[in-house]
Amino acid sequence: MSLLSRVAERSYWAARYLERAENSARVVSVFGTLMLDLPQEAGFGWPTLVDINGSKELYADLYPTPNSRSPLRFLISDANNPSSIRASLRMVRENIRTTRDIFPSEAWRSVNELYLYSKESLGGGISDRRRHEVMARIVSGCQQLNGMLASNMSHGPAYQFLRIGRNVERADMATRVIDVAASSILQGRDELTPFTNAVWMAVLRSLSAYQMYRQYVRRRIVPGDVIAFVLLDDHFPRAWRYCLKQLETALRRLPRPEDALRAVARLHRQTDELDFAAMDHAGLHEWIDLVQLELGVVHVAVQQTWFPLETPQ
Amino acid sequence: MKVDWKKYDPGPFYDELIREPGKPRQGAGALARHLADLEEGQLTERQADLERVILEMGITFTVYSEGENIDRAWPLDIIPRIIPARQWSRIRAGLEQRLTALNLFVDDLYHDQKILADRVVPREIIESSPNFLEPCRGVSPPFGVWANVCGTDLIRDSDGTVYVLEDNLRVPSGVSYMLENRVVTKQVFPELFANNAIQSIGDYTSDLFDMLASLSPRPLDYPEVVVLTPGIYNSAYFEHAYLAQGMGVELVEGSDLVVRDDDCVYMRTIDGLERVDVIYRRINDTFLDPEVFEPESLLGVPGLMRAWRAGNVALANAPGAGVADDKVVYSFLPQIIRYYLDQAPILPNVPTWLCSDQRDREHVIAHLDELVVKPANESGGYGMLIGPQATKTARREFASLIRKDPRNYIAQPLIALSTVPSLVDGDVEPRHVDLRPFVLQGERMAVTAGGLTRVALRKGSFVVNSSQGGGSKDTWIVGRDR
Repeated sequence: MSLLSRVAERSYWAARYLERAENSARVVSVFGTLMLDLPQEAGFGWPTLVDINGSKELYADLYPTPNSRSPLRFLISDANNPSSIRASLRMVRENIRTTRDIFPSEAWRSVNELYLYSKESLGGGISDRRRHEVMARIVSGCQQLNGMLASNMSHGPAYQFLRIGRNVERADMATRVIDVAASSILQGRDELTPFTNAVWMAVLRSLSAYQMYRQYVRRRIVPGDVIAFVLLDDHFPRAWRYCLKQLETALRRLPRPEDALRAVARLHRQTDELDFAAMDHAGLHEWIDLVQLELGVVHVAVQQTWFPLETPQ
Repeated sequence: MKVDWKKYDPGPFYDELIREPGKPRQGAGALARHLADLEEGQLTERQADLERVILEMGITFTVYSEGENIDRAWPLDIIPRIIPARQWSRIRAGLEQRLTALNLFVDDLYHDQKILADRVVPREIIESSPNFLEPCRGVSPPFGVWANVCGTDLIRDSDGTVYVLEDNLRVPSGVSYMLENRVVTKQVFPELFANNAIQSIGDYTSDLFDMLASLSPRPLDYPEVVVLTPGIYNSAYFEHAYLAQGMGVELVEGSDLVVRDDDCVYMRTIDGLERVDVIYRRINDTFLDPEVFEPESLLGVPGLMRAWRAGNVALANAPGAGVADDKVVYSFLPQIIRYYLDQAPILPNVPTWLCSDQRDREHVIAHLDELVVKPANESGGYGMLIGPQATKTARREFASLIRKDPRNYIAQPLIALSTVPSLVDGDVEPRHVDLRPFVLQGERMAVTAGGLTRVALRKGSFVVNSSQGGGSKDTWIVGRDR
């Protein structure tokens, strides 16, 4: 079966939003737990998560006078934030609904269930008591869907677009979590210092990386090690470098991948050249800015090579 | 409440399951006993299970209301409708006969028009039909078949006679719901399937694919078949996606297709343009090609008619097939069957008065309180008058509508639709139903075993359309075929 350009595009976005929903749910859950341990003066709170979500400006627009519930509402249920968990799941559903003929039918059923669940449980905000449970269920719903697609769908072109979408989003997430954590600790107040360790553990947990980190880096938590693991590990699926490899593999299975591959190759080079020893926080931040821009170039190349051009009507 | 068939009374109507209070019809005994054996509340519980499954499976239909499109869960009543196999084989023969004749008729209209020359069907009826499409003249679709997929609406009167109410030859919908109704009913009532010889309906999508593939203009092992949808805002989008998925073919929108200078149709894929052989189009005729019909249409594909006329792509159903599902043409079906097949019609029409005929028209206007008046070219139950249930004002309005545009109206007696026991607020009560079987014709013919039963869930109502408060039922053909 041939793959329509329009369908390729919707698969890509379905995977991006699915990954985004899962990441956000994990971040909310992990950092929500962390905050219970931090004193308020530490300056690490829900607004920090808005930074991780990468939507500071939109947040400021939507909540000119924020209250204590605003950041969570914005991240979880706000329909006006296209990256809120609820909006992301709605986009997953819409993209799969409009291409459902190419997905295994149980995938549609599962995405539909997940969406209905999110609509029900996130609709009117969510109590602190139930937050963890709901986030866990959303994470596992996303993973169930990913697993179902991985094992029940042919790994042909449509699947490669899912893979590309997933890894673009994952790679982006890895850099964002590191960026925000590093800046809040390194530029943070003294009150946060005793909790540095806890913050870096949360960074790992928010990427599901804690256990794997412990197994591979067999000593106490050191910020440099955490950053290196999250960015440079070759084997951990949510590590930046691993995502680049996945992108490359997926792209090679599609026709005419040259433009997108060139952009990924540049990212590989920038990653290989990364030298922590010679780098302070500002340098790290600058590097992250740079590779995030380059990741945007990958996205544009994918779009221009395979997605439908505007048809003159 | 526990089901007690002795207290179930369909009144003057023909009930499909219960012959008279306490006595099930042939083939319905096992079901009736099983339902009566359920404990109090169990049936309602199963209905709730069923509704949950429908929601989770995402079986929806789209309604347009208050300025936006809303996906609603598909309404399915848990109690199936049963037709004995022996009765069904006669209906099936009638449906095959009908579609065969209809296709001969359409082919004749777009070629020699012998039936008009022989004055069996009046020429002015065809010439005044908005569905007779001039650009289709002289085209010869494969096997001479114009309507490849037909949904025929059947109803049963109180004396048990099954009538054809209308033939849908343009883009009939509902078959996906027929298939999903079966899947859902099996899930919540598995034990019923173990104890009844219920004919399978699972072959539909592969029959549909085979039929479509048989139309391919290129003799290939793997013709490129696609389903063309107007898009997600169409009320039948669910079905378009369902059928494409079931057949393993691409679901395309107009903007995915392009006709090039070689008059062939291509789709835009990640590999570039790929030729398309067969289009199962679910877009109305006049939106198909802005070069020929509605110039404003964004749903269609410029040049599609050119490609079709050149024989480079097959369209199912063929454009112009709708000329035969005009309700005025319908009234001539018995003569059409005799003319082309030299056979007596197996399934009768509902008696029909044509308002274009002066004597008929006066009769209709004088008897508006007894008749159902329908516009000749509407579907979905819109724009009709059910005389016995209408207000005086509505009847007066219709009288003037008819006088203004007599060609556009027909009238029929109100057929007392048969009933099937249905679960309403925890109780089992009779509700009126119709039946839409689906007939395929390409190289061969295939008829679904049963069809989509639609049920009017409001007490006393005859309106079964899902857009107007109708529900549906799984339909069982029970027993061995002969």
